[in-house]
Amino acid sequence: MSNFAKTFSSSLGKKLVMALTGLFLCTFLIVHLVGNLQLFKDDAGQAFNAYAYFMTHFTPIKVVSYLLYASIIIHAIYALIISLGNKKARPIGYAVQAGNQNSPWTSRNMGILGTILLVFIVVHMGDFWWKYHNADLPYAKYEISLDNPNDIQVSELPYDANRLVHSEITDLQAGKRIVVSKDLYKIVNNAFQTWWYVLLYVIAMSALSFHLIHGFRSAFQTIGWNNSRYLPLVRFIGVWVFGVLVPLAFAAMPLYFFFK
Amino acid sequence: MSKNMNLTLKVWRQKNADTKGKFVTYQAGHVSPDMSFLEMLDVVNEDLTKKGDDPIHFDHDCREGICGACSLHINGRPHGPKHGITTCQLHMRSFNDNDTVVIEPWRAEAFPVIRDLAVDRGAFDRIQAAGGFVSVNTGGVPDANAIAIPKVIADEAFNSATCIGCGACVAACKNASAMLFVSAKVSQLALLPQGQPERYHRVQAMVAQMDAEGFGSCTNTGACEAECPKEISITNIARMNRDYFTAKLIKQEEA
Ligand code: HEM
Ligand code: SF4
Ligand code: FES
Repeated sequence: MSNFAKTFSSSLGKKLVMALTGLFLCTFLIVHLVGNLQLFKDDAGQAFNAYAYFMTHFTPIKVVSYLLYASIIIHAIYALIISLGNKKARPIGYAVQAGNQNSPWTSRNMGILGTILLVFIVVHMGDFWWKYHNADLPYAKYEISLDNPNDIQVSELPYDANRLVHSEITDLQAGKRIVVSKDLYKIVNNAFQTWWYVLLYVIAMSALSFHLIHGFRSAFQTIGWNNSRYLPLVRFIGVWVFGVLVPLAFAAMPLYFFFK
Repeated sequence: MSKNMNLTLKVWRQKNADTKGKFVTYQAGHVSPDMSFLEMLDVVNEDLTKKGDDPIHFDHDCREGICGACSLHINGRPHGPKHGITTCQLHMRSFNDNDTVVIEPWRAEAFPVIRDLAVDRGAFDRIQAAGGFVSVNTGGVPDANAIAIPKVIADEAFNSATCIGCGACVAACKNASAMLFVSAKVSQLALLPQGQPERYHRVQAMVAQMDAEGFGSCTNTGACEAECPKEISITNIARMNRDYFTAKLIKQEEA
């Protein structure tokens, strides 16, 4: 075996893979969150649909998105391999084990939390990513006044296989910009009218919170970053940004559509 | 003087590594709160011996918290309910009259049960032998303090060196990981000038042996640090990880 292969088959190497894919997923969460904030705009989804088009058709972003899918799969596979190895390391368990007295709950349940996340990711991608790419979605036509960009007339166009996913023309005579795009916003809006679907999202975001309250700082420990000056910052970001802010902001989206 | 206690003990009994074990319940009467946990077991064993029964086997040696021999998983925690001590330093005053006390051996694939509560911790010795040393050529005796070492570094290395190899870290870890022990043994040398020549070889050899022994991997739960009688810090684990990845991915040294 080459040194490289040996490294990644060692217990530490497998953890390095978990940590690096996990941190990459964390950076993705920030991008995904900032983009999705367009959902809160009061523009009938114009900005959000334009953003969805950009994210799926701009080559550098497409490349990164394949890296992302790979990271999710690798992270999950290594989670399974590591967890099975850990089970084997203690074939006979304790009759009594007071784990709650020596370690946080989150740290002992990363596998369960991760499994909830995996189920969520599959459902979530099936409902939005897959539909956006493959289903016969309706289109939205936005007529935006050139004088006042907040003046938007929206109308629905039926699905048409020949229509571009996104098109824009500026009609100077009529004084407006006409944008036609696949209406993912509508799909999102419709999905979040169902209470149990909203609940699923809220539960998944709680799981994300707990997964990252432990996971973010754990990844830094795994890669060997334990500089005592910056460790408090890592912990702060792990708990408050990834454990609180990010999951709360994501959970606010389904709730916003449900109660709107 | 406080009153003597009556306790119910549920003790893991197992003839040898190849037989299946089970819990056996014993009544321990007239337990003085001033006894150590091991002394309490000594008294129980005396009764068992008088009755012609097999005494409960458990490891012990120094009985003053420095050898690491005593083990015992007591009511769900290595070395019992107190922080920063070994089982021989645990006193019966930490328990109440009529308590039930569950006593189990360390549980890990790499620590097979020898008999009852005694486990074979030879895996730790083999990890040490794989690289936990410095090679010193013979010759004249060097002057003491000829090599200047900053106080903070010396202290840090000393703290890592206080590990007594008890295995409580493995016992406490949900993955039966030996990372705290191995990282303490790697760190105590990696921090000092004398440990530098073999630094990157050492970490690779010891981690390889750790994996070969069948310990689990580290989820960074911190249970090891919380249960370690010598309060070894998980900072050692991060340091070992860093040295290991540096050795494998950056340095030229062969494993
Ligand atoms: C948005 C998705 C996810 C993010 C951002 C994420 C992030 C992380 C991070 C940063 C870690 C810490 C790595 C370390 O301790 O070195 C981690 C650990 C872990 N993740 Fe995830 N993860 C995600 C999804 C998943 C999924 C889908 C699974 C399971 C199928 C999963 C299972 C695990 C497990 C079991 C660990 C603990 C590994 C260990 O330390 O033993 N994660 N995750
Ligand atoms: S690190 Fe602590 S718990 Fe682990 S073997 Fe050393 S002294 Fe025991
Ligand atoms: S018997 Fe030596 S540490 Fe307990």
